[in-house]
Parts: sequence; C-alpha cells; structure tokens
Amino acid sequence: MSEYTGVRGTVWFRAFTGQASPMPGDPKSVLTADAPLGNDRARFLCVVPDPHGRFPCARHGEVGLEEAFTMATRVREAIEHDKNTIKRPIIAIVDVKSQAYGRREETAAIFLAAAAAADAYGSARLAGHPVVTLVVGHALSGAFLTHGYQANRILAFDDDGVMIHAMHKEAAARVTRRSVGELEKLAKEIAPMSYDIRDYAKLGLLHKLLHVENPEKPSLQEIRKAQGELVAAVADARSGSVDLRNRLESTAAREMRRASHLVRTKLQAQWLEK
Amino acid sequence: MEQIEFNYPAKRKIQKRAHVGVVGSGDLEVLLEPAEGAVAHVFIRTSVDGFRDTWEAVLNRFFANYDGAARIQINDAGATPGIVHLRLEQAVEVSDR
Amino acid sequence: MSDKGYNANFINRQSFVELDARERATALFDAGTSRELLGPFDRVESPWLPMQGVTPQADDGCVVMKGKITGQAAVVVALEGAFQGGSMGEVSGEKMTAALDLACADNEKGIPTSAVILLETGGVRLQEANLGLAAIAELMASILVLRKHAPVICLTVGTVGCFGGMSLAAGLASYIVMTREARLGMNGPEVIEQENGVEEFDSSDRALIWGIHGGDQRYATGLADALVDDDTPQVADAIRRFVSKGVPPMHRSSQVALYRNRIEALDSSRQWDPEEFRALWATNGSNEEKR
Repeated sequence: MSEYTGVRGTVWFRAFTGQASPMPGDPKSVLTADAPLGNDRARFLCVVPDPHGRFPCARHGEVGLEEAFTMATRVREAIEHDKNTIKRPIIAIVDVKSQAYGRREETAAIFLAAAAAADAYGSARLAGHPVVTLVVGHALSGAFLTHGYQANRILAFDDDGVMIHAMHKEAAARVTRRSVGELEKLAKEIAPMSYDIRDYAKLGLLHKLLHVENPEKPSLQEIRKAQGELVAAVADARSGSVDLRNRLESTAAREMRRASHLVRTKLQAQWLEK
Repeated sequence: MEQIEFNYPAKRKIQKRAHVGVVGSGDLEVLLEPAEGAVAHVFIRTSVDGFRDTWEAVLNRFFANYDGAARIQINDAGATPGIVHLRLEQAVEVSDR
Repeated sequence: MSDKGYNANFINRQSFVELDARERATALFDAGTSRELLGPFDRVESPWLPMQGVTPQADDGCVVMKGKITGQAAVVVALEGAFQGGSMGEVSGEKMTAALDLACADNEKGIPTSAVILLETGGVRLQEANLGLAAIAELMASILVLRKHAPVICLTVGTVGCFGGMSLAAGLASYIVMTREARLGMNGPEVIEQENGVEEFDSSDRALIWGIHGGDQRYATGLADALVDDDTPQVADAIRRFVSKGVPPMHRSSQVALYRNRIEALDSSRQWDPEEFRALWATNGSNEEKR
C-alpha cells in the first residue's frame, strides 16, 4: 500500500508540459499550463503541495479553498476563450492527499469551492471540451469529486501507489468499527470497497489502466506512451456524448453495476405509468 | 446477518399491503402483503445473530391476535421485542384500515 | 423568539424534522398528486450490504416521488437519514440520479419539471465506497444538466445534516433551504478534529459547530437561500416559492470571481469568529454581484 508522497503530480505535469508553475497570480499549489497534446493545445491542471500556502490545512497536497477556486477560474477561462472555436482538451493530472480538513475551510464554505471547481470541469465537458483525468497517485473522496471526477474519460496507472477511494483505510476502519485487517478482507470480496486500483478498474468507471514501470521517474518513452493514451482518450471523448453515461454502459459496469441498471430500467418504466 | 422464517395459520384474506418503519439502529421495517392460501409467512433478516427464540416468542404473541393471510418481511437492525411488536401492530393498522 | 413562558406557535407547529423521508417527501407535494416510484415493495436493494452482514432497507434509504408542486410537475428525492446515516450507495445514488435525468428528459419534451432533493446524509456509504463516490460524481453531473432547465432545490432540515461528498451536490443546487437545526459542510467536526487536532476544531463545542455549519450561519452568510422553522407548512411553502421562482440567473457555484475574491480577502493567519465571519460575508455587500 502506498503513502501519499506528493511528487507524482509535479513529475507528470512537467513531463507533459515542460514546466511546473502556477499561472500568474495563482497559488503555488495549482499548476496550470497550455501545452501541445497530439494536434491540440490542451490545458493541463494539477494540485500539488505548497508548504508555504496561505491556508495551514492545505499545504501538503490537499484540495482546499484556493485550489478549488483557482481550478474553477482556469477551467472557465478556457471555456470562455474557446467559446467560438475548437474546444481544447482539459487534462486533470491527479495526485491529491485529500480535501482540506480545517475550520477556516468549513467556515468559508469549502463545500461551495469544491462545487465550483466541479461545476467548471462539468460545464467544460458539457460545452464540448474533452475532459480527461489521469490519476497518477491518490484520488480521494472530496478531492477527487473536485478535481478529476467530472471528466469524460478517466485513466490511471496500474501501480500500487495509485489509489482511488472514499476514505483512507485507517479512518474507514474506525468509522465502520472494524479493524484494518477486517476491512482489507472485506475489500477482497467486495470490489467497490477495494483499495487496489485493479479492482477499481472492474467497476467500469475507468477508461484505461496504463502500465508504467516507475511512475515517480518515468522514461522518455513511457512519457510518450502516456501522452499517446491521453490523445486517444481525447479522441474517444470527442466521439462520444458529453454526459457520463459511458461509465454505466461500459462492459465492466454491465457486470458490476447490475443494480444500477435495474434502477434505471424500472424507474423509467414506472415514471411513464399513469 | 441472519435469515429466519416462520409460518403461522391464517383465517382471512387481507386486502391492503402496508409498509412501516426504517432500518435504523434499534429499529426495523415491516413489509406486509397479501399472501395466497391459509398461511402467514414471516421472513426476517436481522443484523443481530442468535436470537431466533426471541423472534419466535414475539411472533407467537403477535399471531395470537392476528389471523391474516400475509407475507411479512422484516428487515431488522437490532430492535427490542417491544419495538418489533409495535411495528407489526402499526403494519396491521395500515393494512386493515 | 418570545421570552414569555411558552410560545403558542412553537407548540402548535407540525415538526418536519420528526417525519421520516417518505412522510417528508409526501408533505411537499400538492395534496393527492404524488406517487412513489421504486418503493419498498419493488425491493430494489443494495447488493453489497448483505454480503457484509448489514440488513438492507427495501428502498435502500432513498424515496423517489413524482407529482405536482404548486401545480407544476416535480420530482422529490429524499434520503432517509436514519438508514446508514443517509449515506449514498449504488442503488440510492442511482435512484436519485436517474430521477433527475428523467425530470430533465421531461423538461426537454416541454414539461417543466423541478427537482427537490432532501439531503440528510454523511456522504459516501463506506460499505460501498467507490460505487458511492462514483454515484455522487454522476449525481453532480446530472444536477448540472437539469438545473439549466428547472430549479434543483436542496432541502436539509436535520438531524443528520448534509456532509461529505453530498455537500458538493448541495453546492450545485439552484437553491438551498435549511432550518436552524440543520448543518451543511464538507467535513464534520469529528473528522476535522481527527485529522488536525482539537485545536483546529473542538468537536464537543456545539455552539461552534452550529456557528460554522448551522442553517442560521449559512443563511446569514449568503450560502443558503432560505431559513425555515421546523414547521411542515413553512417548509412546504418555501419549496413552493422556489419552484415558482424558477432557474436563477446565475447559480452560486458558477459565481467564481465573487467567491475567489472573498477567499483572497480573508486573513488566513488566524481563525475567524462566527460573528466576525458573518459580518464579512453578510449578503448586503456593496460592490459584489448579487444573485
């Protein structure tokens, strides 16, 4: 299992864009750049640690108030700019520790900040921008809902350092009154509870699992390959609808989310009755 | 989670189905529906194992005064016998209204 | 509030908070116009809970009802806070999202249809973890589409409140209606105390909790659109008002510049008193965009 290291986001952002800086005026915890991707010029975004950030609870790779509103700003900027032209791809590079857990954050409505970022990403998708997320490390809970989960297509490395989940193991064990061992045992039989990205892939939400030998020090060849996968995902997104139905209609989802399908079918039938 | 079933003799048909309760901590939900034949079937799912005898006692007491041909589903999250009895009575009240 | 021996209005009120999800949903509709979809007798339950010894609820803790509110078509989706803390599982999540999608389709056919979501929830159901989280993301996507056509009204009255990932769904809503007892936030006080210590948030300080997350504070700081008493007619009336009001000119979650500037202006070197913060964000700011 993996601890959050906070390095992968910067590594991959730099690998794809040649730089690792915030845009002028933005906090250091949000990297944004427009860079070539295939035949497009894509906007890349990534949240990274900033030990000197203004908010003490958001200095180690958490998605806090500033991070959420900065991403909302930069995504909306791309939407506005591309209003009457080709919709540039929006690429979310994700390796986030968690949402920010702080009194300042709660007071100043981090729930709204998070919603604003998700709104921006979702609105970009609805406007026709192909939004693609690449999970290179951790994607937890509120942080992932804010940065990455509104994408048309989600890709992830098949590495032990990659984790998509609703809550860290220790906290989840505490809340559900189980031991970590019991939780791990359950997670082996119940795919949605698993901390293993390969089990997450079985849920049908992921577009593709990518293999990279060393995600913290990728070779040039591996970077090119990952880039190619992003280009393919962008094309695939452009060929599909702007909603998230691909998640439910994937082959894996038809197997793992039968209950969801049953809900859809029955609800539709009953809606039309009378 | 334990699944327990009981059957009791029934004398009358019932007309209306009923649903009461919530599967909250210390509570239960009851789904009561008309059944065929002269039998009442009770199906219990409970998250608290090992109380079959207690369930039997509660149901014996309930069916001493209830003779409807019903299929009764109980989804339980640790209710006391008193609460179980209350919910069953509420379900009957709705069903026989 | 009266300082007499008793308050007649208080005694005569019909508590909305004491109603279960089904009763709450029913109470919001024009009398006799509502029917439930995928109710308990359809038995569409969680496939995951029995696998881990947890008794499922026949409606998976989510009530979907269709009918009319103030004469207009509406769908109400209510989470049952007493079942697994109102948490989002695969089925309850899909019920909510699919209901909103059906409302959206009706809007596109020319039948104006609003949605009211009653959120008493701690967020993701950990027993279904990644399917719960994905469900919230999909719900958020559906809210974004529906709210262009018709209002999506979030109602949180307590006692559970609206926390976790579902607070983002509230954040996307066209309108948020709360009682004083209700709370809305991403992370509850216990979680914050666990992650960052009691100095950061003393979860035993009830006054502080409501001073940060409570309906009164949220309303006073412009983060909720209405504050109602725990009284069923008042709650139903507020919902009717927002259904009639329709889609707002701009949703709160889209007002990025306004809120980004407010965050910039905050002195992050210290905590702020609830009263002090209220003065900062009170919704009669002069140079700011108004809703």
